[in-house]
Amino acid sequence: MPVTPVLTRRWNTPESWTIDTYRRLDGYVAARTALAGDPDDLIKLIKDSGLRGRGGAGFPTGMKWGFIPQGDGKPHYLVINADEGEPGTCKDAPLMKADPHSLVEGIIIASYAVRANRAFVYLRGELIHAARRMRAAVAEAYEAGFLGRNILGSGFDLDLVVHSGAGAYICGEETALLDSLEGRRGQPRLRPPFPATHGLYASPTVVNNVETIASVPFIVNHGVDWFRSMGRERSPGPKIYSLSGHVTRPGQYEAPMGTTLRELLELAGGVRGGRKLKAWTPGGSSTPMLTADHLDAPLDFEGMQEAGSLLGTAALMIMDETTDMLKVVRRLTQFYAHESCGKCTPCREGTSWMVQILSRIERGQGDAEDVDTLVDACDNIFGRAFCALADGATSPIVSGIKYFRDEFIPVSAVTTKPESSKTTPDGAAAGDDAAAAPGAYAGAH
Amino acid sequence: MAFSPETHAAAAEIIARYPAGRSRSALLPLLHLVQAEQNCVTTEGVQFCAEQLGLTAAEVGAVATFYTMYKRRPVGDYLVSVCTNLSCALLGGDEVFARVAEQLGVGHDETTADGSITLEHAECLAACDYAPVMTVNYEFYDQVDPDSAEAIVTGLRAGERPVPTRGGPLCSFAETSRQLAGFADPRPEGVAGPGVGEPSVAGLLLAEADGWTAEQAPAPLVPAAAQASKDAQAEAGASAPVPAPAGALVTGSTERKGN
Repeated sequence: MPVTPVLTRRWNTPESWTIDTYRRLDGYVAARTALAGDPDDLIKLIKDSGLRGRGGAGFPTGMKWGFIPQGDGKPHYLVINADEGEPGTCKDAPLMKADPHSLVEGIIIASYAVRANRAFVYLRGELIHAARRMRAAVAEAYEAGFLGRNILGSGFDLDLVVHSGAGAYICGEETALLDSLEGRRGQPRLRPPFPATHGLYASPTVVNNVETIASVPFIVNHGVDWFRSMGRERSPGPKIYSLSGHVTRPGQYEAPMGTTLRELLELAGGVRGGRKLKAWTPGGSSTPMLTADHLDAPLDFEGMQEAGSLLGTAALMIMDETTDMLKVVRRLTQFYAHESCGKCTPCREGTSWMVQILSRIERGQGDAEDVDTLVDACDNIFGRAFCALADGATSPIVSGIKYFRDEFIPVSAVTTKPESSKTTPDGAAAGDDAAAAPGAYAGAH
Repeated sequence: MAFSPETHAAAAEIIARYPAGRSRSALLPLLHLVQAEQNCVTTEGVQFCAEQLGLTAAEVGAVATFYTMYKRRPVGDYLVSVCTNLSCALLGGDEVFARVAEQLGVGHDETTADGSITLEHAECLAACDYAPVMTVNYEFYDQVDPDSAEAIVTGLRAGERPVPTRGGPLCSFAETSRQLAGFADPRPEGVAGPGVGEPSVAGLLLAEADGWTAEQAPAPLVPAAAQASKDAQAEAGASAPVPAPAGALVTGSTERKGN
């Protein structure tokens, strides 16, 4: 099966982050083309390309741009969601470090299309080196006349600010991100109204993922037919697949949409140590886990839905046959409990209670009804909160129980593992949490 | 301590980045700025931000306490963060955390008695392909194990600054916080520090093995199957020894140069 180095194309070139390297490798050609044309033609181009959002939801990008009301007299904004934090997801950080100008150029084109004169990159705080590279790229782009006033003589003005967040997974949710960018606690907003009409500062706003916007210059340069030559009808184009966990060569593999895990594992040297695949996430921890039965399911938006999961961010966390699924699910549920913003009761209360139930089972103190209680709790959380964090929190539990129910049945006191007294990262569970013991997740690493 | 005129000037510079009348957008960077001055967000820092933006201390405090990167107790010169989320946990992140905690004699969100090092367990740090990872002041040390993590921390305690696998050379927590407030890293070697290593270009290395180069227009399809499956059969567990074109930074060897 093929690899398709498009977005990752420049990543192995020396000093790939500088404007000189970028311009030598076709950089800022697309911006020149775009700014010489009609903004509406750009929206049509992106619609025709079939590009869908790479941040998880897969919303058609051109359609999102088309929702921005034009001639309304209000300022418009483009906000880049660079708050990469979904467990397993690690594609936007290398993109911004290795090829920041591709994102800057995409921002120029997208801003011109939706008539935004201000754009922000909301960058996850912890990604300090990505922030350095992005800020350096923005400074170079201003210097070269690609940002600022009257860009390339087009009469179009654009200011771009790189804004570092401060550690909150919830800010990857677009309305929480907008609240955070406005200087507030990052909590999701009730929709409607949607950001297209009431976004940043209650003005029309497009929020797009890094990988989505970095795809735009390539579509402008090479056209719709080229883009659609990769992937499938409803999910076209290349996609950066991120493989991690129990895999021989973890890393970023850019391949056509619809590539399967079997093909990706072949590229990545298979499961570590020649072991068998037990479970995997197709798109980060919020997407329901799948098993070896789904090795041939196409990894695109439709293919993953048919398999009972979601493409998410195409972050494939691989778990081999030695993995203890109860510990995996408990760990991920702790993550959601920590990251729940607290706004909606089902998510705030539900996630922390579910951590307690899972920890109890893990200590051998669970009872026969715990599994049903977990499923019931998930039923009452899913769809009952403002944002998708709550839905995502139910994914590991529901899919874990669906495929590995036996592992969630409480073990008798006789087989309980010795308790560890080591300091654990698990806060409240410290002292009696077997996860602190070496090899807790897998028999051998 | 009162904040200096320089800090007031820096605050004005931050506020000027945002549209007129929208100064509240400057709050997150301002909180990073006051954290750079005092190694945590103090009531004084909250008050400073409130004054700059015409907000109440309660409004600023509500924001400061929401985000994990704003610390309420002083952080040491070095903030050591060990990822214990799934991809790192699958490969031993918990053992790394346990070893460093034992070595430093502190737990999560605690600082050593001499005030030099703060330890925390971190949620996913978006470097799952380099797992298990540890960061010091948010610069990455990749594929650590308990021994290598202990050696890094030993270096920090000896007053050294162990070179991160990826990121800029180590600076102090205060200097990092100032960059988070949006100010450029004054060190040229900061931005030039390695950004990506072998895992980030794993797919590219396969394409290059098939003769593809970045100089070409982005080819839609580069066959890579033959090489990859050959590697998979030839060796279980090692990196792919694929040739790289001249000038490539990462060559698929164990040498970690990065980009």
